[in-house]
Amino acid sequence: MPLLTRVFIKTGMICLALALALGVLLAFGVTNGLFPVYIHLLVFGWLTQLIFGVIFWMFPKYSAERPRGSETLGWLTYVSLNLGLLLRAIAEPLQSTQPNSFSGWTLVVSALLQFLAGLAFVLNSWKRVRER
Amino acid sequence: MSRLSVWFVRASFLYLLAGLFFGGLMLAQKGIPFYAPALHLLPLHMEFLLVGWLIQLAFGVAFWIIPRFSNGSARGPVRLVWLSFAFLNAGILIAALQYWFPSAFAVGRAAEVGAALLFILGSWQRVKPQGA
Repeated sequence: MPLLTRVFIKTGMICLALALALGVLLAFGVTNGLFPVYIHLLVFGWLTQLIFGVIFWMFPKYSAERPRGSETLGWLTYVSLNLGLLLRAIAEPLQSTQPNSFSGWTLVVSALLQFLAGLAFVLNSWKRVRER
Repeated sequence: MSRLSVWFVRASFLYLLAGLFFGGLMLAQKGIPFYAPALHLLPLHMEFLLVGWLIQLAFGVAFWIIPRFSNGSARGPVRLVWLSFAFLNAGILIAALQYWFPSAFAVGRAAEVGAALLFILGSWQRVKPQGA
């Protein structure tokens, strides 16, 4: 299993644990903008990140020289996804309780990073999805 | 990868991008309000990412990977699964019109149920031990 896949999967597992822990807080009635963080840790941080890691590992090879396409795009996907998610996890509760320009602009940056993660993933994986 | 899997997986990539784009617009709107109706994108964001991305990717990878038959059509009744692809994507796109046509939501969801049933019918017998 390549290094990037291992990092994707292990980070995904951490997101899963964090999300479920957050679910406990939500069950006790703590909200404060945490519900969207909970959902996105589960669906983006866990499910999507796990899928990205497995696709990078197991989809048909790009070429003999570069079987997994661009490593750089792969790492860009990883960093953007997790930085975007982290910024969201910090700024969204802040913005919902005490809106200010710092948390507001942090959410904008988070939005850009999360979209960039998807774009980098699709660019790197598109040509590996092909008939044999 | 079979041709049908290529269509499923590439379509799922496109929905991932569109879903992340809509999600990004909503998150940015929460941070620095620029266009209030952006928040109406929530149903599209959810539909594109849950059905268009996650479920469609699962269909495509399952059709590619689950055991094949050694006699006759290797992947079973492929036409049923092509029909499932058509119903799934028609369903997602019809459900996406719900903001303008509220009844489109139910029609789209019904098409998605049809897609799932067709996929199950087309794949059921392939869920078997290797070589059976």
